[in-house]
This record gives sequence, structure tokens and C-alpha cells, in this order.
Amino acid sequence: MKTLEELKTVRESMLDRIETRTHFAEHKGGDGKYRYHVLVCAGTGCTSSDSGKIIANLEEELKKNGLDNEVAVVKTGCHGLCAMGPIMVVYPDGVFYSQVKPEDVHEVVEEHIKGGKPVDRLIYRETDNGVTKTYRESDFYTKQHRIALRNCGVINPEDINEYIGTGGYQALGKVLTEMTPDEVIQLMIDSGLRGRGGAGFPTGLKWKFASGNRGNVQKYVCCNADEGDPGAFMDRSVLEGDPHVVLEAMSIAGYAIGATQGYIYVRAEYPIAVERLKIAIAQAREAGMLGKNVFGTDFCFDIDLRLGAGAFVCGEETALMTSIEGNRGEPRPRPPFPAVKGLFGKPTILNNVETWANIPQIILNGPQWFASMGTEKSKGTKVFALGGKINNTGLVEIPMGTTLRTVVEDIGGGVPNGKKFKAAQTGGPSGGCIPAEHFDVPIDYDNLIAIGSMMGSGGLIVMDEDNCMVDIAKFFLQFTVDESCGKCTPCRVGTKRMLEILDKITEGKGEMSDLDELESLAYYIKENALCGLGQTAPNPVLSTLRYFRHEYEAHIKEKRCPAGVCKALLNFEIDPTKCKGCTLCARNCPVNAITGTLKEPHVIDTAKCIKCGTCMDNCKFGAISKK
Amino acid sequence: MSKKAGVPFKGTKEQEKQLLEVIAELRDTPGCLMPIMQRAQDIYGYLPYEVQKIISDELRIPAEKVYGVATFYAQFNLNPKGTYKVSVCLGTACYVKGSGPVFEEIQKILGIGDGECTPDGKFSLDTCRCVGACGLAPVMLVNDDVYGRITVDQVKGILEKYN
Repeated sequence: MKTLEELKTVRESMLDRIETRTHFAEHKGGDGKYRYHVLVCAGTGCTSSDSGKIIANLEEELKKNGLDNEVAVVKTGCHGLCAMGPIMVVYPDGVFYSQVKPEDVHEVVEEHIKGGKPVDRLIYRETDNGVTKTYRESDFYTKQHRIALRNCGVINPEDINEYIGTGGYQALGKVLTEMTPDEVIQLMIDSGLRGRGGAGFPTGLKWKFASGNRGNVQKYVCCNADEGDPGAFMDRSVLEGDPHVVLEAMSIAGYAIGATQGYIYVRAEYPIAVERLKIAIAQAREAGMLGKNVFGTDFCFDIDLRLGAGAFVCGEETALMTSIEGNRGEPRPRPPFPAVKGLFGKPTILNNVETWANIPQIILNGPQWFASMGTEKSKGTKVFALGGKINNTGLVEIPMGTTLRTVVEDIGGGVPNGKKFKAAQTGGPSGGCIPAEHFDVPIDYDNLIAIGSMMGSGGLIVMDEDNCMVDIAKFFLQFTVDESCGKCTPCRVGTKRMLEILDKITEGKGEMSDLDELESLAYYIKENALCGLGQTAPNPVLSTLRYFRHEYEAHIKEKRCPAGVCKALLNFEIDPTKCKGCTLCARNCPVNAITGTLKEPHVIDTAKCIKCGTCMDNCKFGAISKK
Repeated sequence: MSKKAGVPFKGTKEQEKQLLEVIAELRDTPGCLMPIMQRAQDIYGYLPYEVQKIISDELRIPAEKVYGVATFYAQFNLNPKGTYKVSVCLGTACYVKGSGPVFEEIQKILGIGDGECTPDGKFSLDTCRCVGACGLAPVMLVNDDVYGRITVDQVKGILEKYN
């Protein structure tokens, strides 16, 4: 493809195919070639629950029935409703099937494709206050606004033409033929887009800082796809579901700052994403979207992949660049900032996957369109990965300013098993826990910081009454201790000392003065650590101390874990009304802590008990509990 | 550099030839050390001293630099892994849904700890941070097989499948 006209031709040839899915009501007979499109999710979540087998069965079944020329099987990226996977969607009917099993395929082909009658029992339905809603009527779907995820679950990520059919590479064509690099940067500044990777730095400004001296120095554009925040998987979903959007956006940035080479630093733990990126890069080169003289202009740009090797600190920008250079991924002091001296000592900009995924749409629809969404200082939408104790685990994209209540209760479907919501954790190991009292705060960068958490990359883990907040703080600190690179002392030694204090508290050996010690260490580390990892590491402790101090105090003063998680503080008890006196527990107790006569209720001596739980495992009457 | 690892190095000439080809292919790419080490681990399954030495000699960089990179990243193994690599996700979503007790149960059954391998070389055990299948939490993996929504009771049955 050398010209915009050629791109337009490809787009027009794909339009019916794409609109059969996006505007299916107007394409009742299919796309002219295929009567039906059967979309099956091939993201990591659904692949783990056997969607590969579903695709194979489907292709075989269609072939057997001579339908393979009438029905297109499309492997897509994530639809977001991971809890209900594997997902299958049939267009132009717009029927959304969930929890499909490989053996259900036969029925779908017979009933739906051949008989024209959808398989009722597989259709996804949400029940809300007794009202049953289909996928497209559900709160999960209607309260979202998908920009970064717009193509995920709609197109085949391994086919560049499907991406072009959705308007892909139009934005690149537009900037190369109609705009100067400075105009591109101004447009990005006007849109108000802020980095989606964590810190929320304005993207346009970052580009501006790196834009000087175009054409005279080597510069680089990098993509941070080292999604290390445990529980966040939006970047992976974009790479798996819509890899070309990242390539297009990086090319636009390359034009804006005058760079000729891009690098995508992606986690090796995401094999599907890596594979799709490789395919996308090869197709983009083949189509002339990457390489020399893109769209017949002077602009030359290429992209290479680099695989991360499992180090959380490499999500920090300077550490990531040190890693691409082939070294231990240790951060460097800033300044000099990467915009001045970055990868291989050259000016470099780095944005994360979700940030890139917004950019082509901003170019095409204009900065005002983007700035019209969100709050005053946080524009656009944000993708959150819902996880933990929530019904609809999965991926959701919401306008900035949506409240936590809407996200957890309406979109997320609330906490399962009738349990009570305790806290939502955002920002991963750098963020904090938000209690129920802040349920109605509109989510944006500044509000989250004001209530002691942060946006981070968008992991949102819900916790219920069974989660101990001291244990959660300890979990995150253990993570930072493991992942600290060791370069600066506040982080290497400080986080370790904090962890030791938390260990003491959860073992029932804590004193009230430990809480002051924790706080003063936390502030010292925040002020003195070299990079973002260390500066934010104390946040989980500080936020839980702020909102759940009573839990810490219960551990220290009463030697009690209110949620019943911290093992050392639990006592095993026998319920005398349930105990039949079978003696099984007493015979199995390794320390002879249980006494009692046959056919009489037994008793546990808590002073002798080592809390191994053997008695509870052995009791046939459910008489033993831990409190 | 410690050479005390109990398993003797059993690299073949064929593997060495493959590694030398990889080095020849990548040596002129900027920042080639990590990609070379990743490919070397694909060839040998792990990165023992002998393999690190070949890389350092060929690239003419100090062996300590190769060792430094090998020990920095979780992906690089200095010891061989079992035939069945068991890993349990201890990412946040899995942790709050109870992957901790699952991990303890596996340790109890296999009799090995985090990062260790059973003496017969059959199973090795690792923790991992988020495989991205948070919708299926808690998750464990045996090689490339993913087991989701597992409970402590299911662990024994899953491991027996590989015996």
C-alpha cells in the first residue's frame, strides 16, 4: 500500500464484513459472502478454558455440513466478561453465548446456524432485581464506553485488513499527509490525554519534550507492555485483541518527535500477545505501514520486539530502557529524563499500551471529542481489570469520573455469596485500599491520590469481609521486597524492615509503637527511594493504616485477626453441640492438645495447640472451627 | 560464581552448535545479551555456568555481567526444571481468592518448596505473578495446562494426572 487511496480501497472492501458485527441490525443477510460470523474469544482467559477446542470443533462441524463457505469462524481478542468464558458471539444475530463447552458446538451449528434458532440455554443473561437482561441490555455492557478496547472482541487480531476495515491506519495517513509534527503534538496536548501506565503524566507534553532537533539525532519510541501489576491485564488484552492499534500509534509518535525506530518491551509471560504482535509487525511491514517511505512520504519507521524476563521494576521507564540495552533492569536517577537522554543515551519517549490504544481515535475524532469525556483534569476513559471477590471478573472501560459504586455494584455485579464489601484495591503494589465510605468518589487520577490510592495501570481488586487488611498490606510488601532491584538503600532495606514489623504484628507479637515505626519508615522510603517502585511501595501499608487501623489494633491489642486469616492468631474450637466424642481428632493431634472421653464432647487446649488444622480436616461432623 | 549445583551439565555438541548460531545471528543487534540468553534457555532448558561461559566468551563480555543478568530476572533458571513445571499464581486476584493455601497444599504433597525440584526430576514448583487469567482465579499451571478456580481438595487429583 503506497497511497491513501489504496488504504481506502481496502477499507471499503472490508466494510460489510466489519459492519456485520458492529451494525448487525442493518446486515441481516450477512456480509454478502458469509451469512454468519461466529466469533470465538481466543484471549488468555478463554483459551485457558478450552476455546481453542471450540474453534477446532466449530471448523470441523461446519465443514462436515458443507457450511464452511457460508459461515466465517473468527478468532477474536477479549470481550471483557472473562468470568463467563469461553465467549462465543454469532452475527448478524448479535447473540451472545457464555460458558460454551467444546461439546456444545454441535448444538449451536444444528439449532442456530442450520435451524435459525439460537440455543437458549447458552445465551448470557444478567438478573438484576428480578429483571432478566441480555448481554446488550446488561449493566455490564451499557455502562461501559469502549475506546481503547473498541476493537477487542470485534476483529480478528491476526488480520491487518480487518483492522483497516475499522478505520485502522487512517490516523497515520492523516498525520503524514495533512499535519506537521508540531500540529500532532499540539493536538495531543489539547486532548488532555494522560499516561495510562500509572503516574498519569500528560502524553502530549512528554512528546513535546522529546521533539527538539528533529532529523539530526537518533530518537526512539518505546511501548511499555511489561504489565507487571499483578491483577491487571488490560494491556495484554489490547495486544491480544488489537495489536495494530499500538503499531499505528507508535508510528504517529515517531513522526511527531522525529524517531525512526520503535521498541515494544513485552512480558515473556504473555505468549499469545507476543505471537500476535509478531504477526502484526510482519503484516504491517508487508503492507507498507512500517518501513521506508510510509504512504509515499519521507517518513521511515520500524518496530522491534523485546521480551521482558520477569522483573516488576522494568515497568519503571528508566529500568525498562536499561533492560532493552541488555543489562540488569535497574533504574537510573532522573534527570536527565528519557526525553533528553533515554534508550542508548538518545531522546526517547515511552508510553504504555493502553495510552497508545487511545491515540489513533483522538487523531481521527479530534481533541475536543476526547476532552469532552471524563473529569476536569482526567479526560477520556480508563480500562479497569476487575478481579477478586466480584461477580463479573473481567475487563471494563468506563469514562473517567464514574464512581466506584457503579463499577463494583452495577458493572461488576457486586460481591458474590452475599458477603459484605470491605475494600477495593487499585494501583497494585503502588496503590492503596479504598473503603466503602469512599464508594461515591468519582474515579480520576487526582481523586484517587487524594484518598490515598492511585490509578496505577488499572487493576481493581475487590475484597470482602473475609480478607484481612493487615495480611493484604503484608502481601503487597512481600511483593515489593521480592521485586526491589536493590540499587538504592531506602527501598532495599526499608521495605524489608517494614515487612518484618508486619510479620511481627500478624504473628501476634506486635506492639502499638510498631505502628508509629511503620509510618515513619513509610514516609522516609517515599521521600528517599530512587524510582517509582520504592517511592510508592509503602502506599498499601499507609492506606490500610488510614482506613483499617482498627484491624491493626485488633491484631496488636487483642491478639485477634477479625477476618480469621492470620494463622498464628486463630484458635481452634470444638462446638460441644456438634461433637459426638468419636476421638478421631484427639488420636490425630500431633501434640496431644485434645482431651475428652469417648462419646463426650472434646476440648482443645489452646496453649498446647500448634494450629496445624489436622483436627479440623479429620472431623466428620464439622464440629471444629477456627476463630 | 558457584558451581555447586547438584546436577551435572549434560549439554550436547548439537546444543552448543545451535547456541553459537544464535549468537552469530544476534551479536550485532543493540542490547543483544538478553535475547541471546532467552534463546539459550530455550535450547538448554536452563542457564548453567557452562552456558553462561560460552555466551561471555563469544560476546567478549565479563562472565559476571552474564551472571548478573541471569540472576536479576525471574525468567532465567540456573538450575534445571522438572519434567512437569508446576506453578501457582500468587498475583493479587488469585491471592485474595485463596491461592496461598493451594500453594501450601502442593508443597505438602510434592515435599518441595518454591523454586525446588523433586529428586526424581519429575516435578518442579514455582510461584508466579499473574498469568493474566484473573477471571479464573485461583490459577495453577502444569507446563502449559491451565487449571482455574481450583480448591485445595482438587490439587491432589490434578498432580496425580502427571504421575
